[in-house]
Amino acid sequence: TPYCGHCPSLDKNIRPLNLAGHVGFDSLPDQLVNKSICQGFCFNILCIGETGIGKSTLMDTLFNTNFENFESSHFEPQVKLRAQTYDLQESNVRLRLTVVNTVGFGDQMNKQESYQPVVDYIDRQFESYLQEELKIKRSLHNYHDSRVHACLYFISPSGHSLKSLDLVTMKKLDSKVNIIPVIAKADTISKSELHKFKIKIMSELVSNGVQIYQFPIDDETVAKVNTSMNGHLPFAVVGSTEEVMLGTKMVKARQYPWGIVQVENESHCDFMKLREMLICVNMEDLREQTHTRHYELYRRCKLEEMGFKDTDPECKPVSLQETYEAKRQEFLLELQRREDEMRQMFVQRVKEKEAELKEAERELQSRFEQLKRLHADEKATLEDKKKALEDDQVSFSKRRAAAQLLQGQSLTANGKKDKDRKK
Amino acid sequence: MLYPAALLPHTECELQRLESTEFARAGMSSEADESGIMGQQKNLEGYVGFANLPNQVYRKSVKRGFEFTLMVVGESGLGKSTLINSLFLTDLYSPEYPGPSHRIKKTVQVEQSKVLVKEGGVQLLLTIVDTPGFGDAVDNSNCWQPVIDYIDNKFEDYLNAESRVNRRQMPDNRVQCCLYFIAPSGHGLKPLDIEFMKRLHEKVNIIPLIAKADTMTPEECQQFKRQIMREIQEHKIKIYEFPETDDEEEMKFIRKIKDRLPLAVVGSNTIIEVNGKRVRGRQYPWGVAEVENSEHCDFTILRNMLIRTHMQDLKDVTNNVHYENYRSRKLAAVTYNGVDNNKNKGQLTKFETGDGMSPLAQMEEERRDHVTKMKKMEQEMEQVFEMKVKEKLLKLRDSEAELQRRHEQMKKNLEAQHRELEEKRRQHEDERANWEAQQRIVEQQKLDLSRTLEKNKKKKIF
Repeated sequence: TPYCGHCPSLDKNIRPLNLAGHVGFDSLPDQLVNKSICQGFCFNILCIGETGIGKSTLMDTLFNTNFENFESSHFEPQVKLRAQTYDLQESNVRLRLTVVNTVGFGDQMNKQESYQPVVDYIDRQFESYLQEELKIKRSLHNYHDSRVHACLYFISPSGHSLKSLDLVTMKKLDSKVNIIPVIAKADTISKSELHKFKIKIMSELVSNGVQIYQFPIDDETVAKVNTSMNGHLPFAVVGSTEEVMLGTKMVKARQYPWGIVQVENESHCDFMKLREMLICVNMEDLREQTHTRHYELYRRCKLEEMGFKDTDPECKPVSLQETYEAKRQEFLLELQRREDEMRQMFVQRVKEKEAELKEAERELQSRFEQLKRLHADEKATLEDKKKALEDDQVSFSKRRAAAQLLQGQSLTANGKKDKDRKK
Repeated sequence: MLYPAALLPHTECELQRLESTEFARAGMSSEADESGIMGQQKNLEGYVGFANLPNQVYRKSVKRGFEFTLMVVGESGLGKSTLINSLFLTDLYSPEYPGPSHRIKKTVQVEQSKVLVKEGGVQLLLTIVDTPGFGDAVDNSNCWQPVIDYIDNKFEDYLNAESRVNRRQMPDNRVQCCLYFIAPSGHGLKPLDIEFMKRLHEKVNIIPLIAKADTMTPEECQQFKRQIMREIQEHKIKIYEFPETDDEEEMKFIRKIKDRLPLAVVGSNTIIEVNGKRVRGRQYPWGVAEVENSEHCDFTILRNMLIRTHMQDLKDVTNNVHYENYRSRKLAAVTYNGVDNNKNKGQLTKFETGDGMSPLAQMEEERRDHVTKMKKMEQEMEQVFEMKVKEKLLKLRDSEAELQRRHEQMKKNLEAQHRELEEKRRQHEDERANWEAQQRIVEQQKLDLSRTLEKNKKKKIF
């Protein structure tokens, strides 16, 4: 719902008027409430804490039901998040509750990046909402809001101080989500230790500049109880779904040989305070803060990152359409530029390769020429030899022919002689 | 105060354990709702406390305060100002702040006045927008245009405020309801009425009213109403509709109201004593027409509906329907979905799935598409390049092979020729050698013979 932005007492154009009777607009809050009851409510809790610190048990205890709990090992290589959604109803109020638990938080040797999956999850939900909000055809009033409304950070009951992982993680998250730190398994700390522990934790948070969620004190109706509760932070909680007989009643408790720790006993732990603050009194404020503060910050940063501004370089206000259009032009130009760049690169390569190949061709050609010359030379030599042979053959033939002729003559002559002799 | 029992402070709230029958009665579904998310249903074993959420919402809304912008449109003299004063039981319009009929302008103006009223701890910032001069000219063509412009301007203001990077609390000046006053002619709507409503029914919640209903008898009024509703349906005019509820009682009530549309109203600034009671009414010689008497007119119905039960719904419909229509039309003209947006300007474009994205998400997707396209292009170019290079290289290799082959061949050829020549030479040499040898033998023989002959000759002589 859009939140009213007027400050009527300061606006001179607004006339206050008296009513001469009962008009009936005092039903407006009821009209609003009835609508929201019809629609149902939605709440998303993120629980961050080491494996086995009691996140699931506390959720079960808070919501008086048995959520699906998966036992995780200590050997997860990375921090993961597991989200589960449930439909609950109390009286005529329907609540869609999403519980997100970290898995494997604090188990790794190197915890430097442990906070990252959590930050990413929170940002993803913001991004999802932002995308819906920026759509052209959107339906925000139907949108299932998955943004994290409250983050319970479970502190180990060491009794000494916060771990550096705690400080690092909370520092990364305090501008993104409402952080409510709780001391887990508070039944392992004595009362006096607890008091010192709480003071130490709060002072460490302050000195490290971690902004945790403060219960709002601006509304007179709840200012008193919220102020008082702010002084009890962080809440030291004990969770249990087991019931133990105490006197005549069954109460949620943890049974030790030395006594029974009652979850709903305010002198035993701060569980009741947590439930009161988180659910009964300030659930709506947690949702409102998430929307108007944390989400707005995310949105502003994201839009600025993308180059959106409220005023152009001449400090004139720029409308959304102008911004979109300018962005689009820029965008199209960039795409074109990339394309041209790629083509250029190819043209260059082609040129280079062509030159290479031409060189190879030339080389081949010169080899070809060379061989041709070689052949020509050899052929010439061969021709000479052939000629020589031919000449020899011819002269030989001549000699032989001449000789034969001579012989033929002499033979004929001798033959005559012989004939003559015989006569 | 209309507090349902469930809204009592939590300490008094009784928690019911949920049985399966209660699921059905409460109308709860375990199927995915419109958002497509499904949640597992869980029974609560005891008190949790979120039943107090409505109280928290109530408390915060009272702290914030409420606002409402109501527009009043109609010719002069139809009792608009009087009705407003009667509705809100205050002198919104007074001699110092005269109503629209007293502020006649040459052209239609759209003017607003803001008043702050408080009741039962609830603060309401009421903005009344009126249109002096509407329908009063001789030529009233386009007299609705300033009204349309005003409404669009307020939408635009809201859109710009909502779209800023740095958003502060946004004042909501959008017109959430328009009371349109129909003159009690008894004969149906005037052309101006129809034109106006047709042009504005998709921008604002229109509630048509029959003004000065005390000039008609109940029968005349009935007939008039039926005629008007017929014409409204004929022209497909969408007036404000009451939302359906699951509550049977409420629905019965709503249907009764629907039968009496359009509401015929009477307003009055004067209080008269009737039968010992002080009532708002109009004094005639023949009696008093009481404003809040449901047998005299529908004023109470209007007041109850407009202020006591449906004011929030009017705001929600304005925000979720009329404003969203304006916004999507405005933004659709900016982005280019491959559809000619100039063709569709002014109409609501139909988007298929995938186009219903924010312009930024759309650009992101286009960027991704472009990257894929470029990759493909690059691959293709690379392929062509490789192929051509291969071709060329193959050709080169072939030429080289050819060259080599020819060289080999030539070499072989030459060598063959060489050998042949050698052979021939050898043959020749042999032949010559032989012949020369023979010749020498013959010569020798000849020589021997001639010697012998010489010898014989010498012998014979003796």
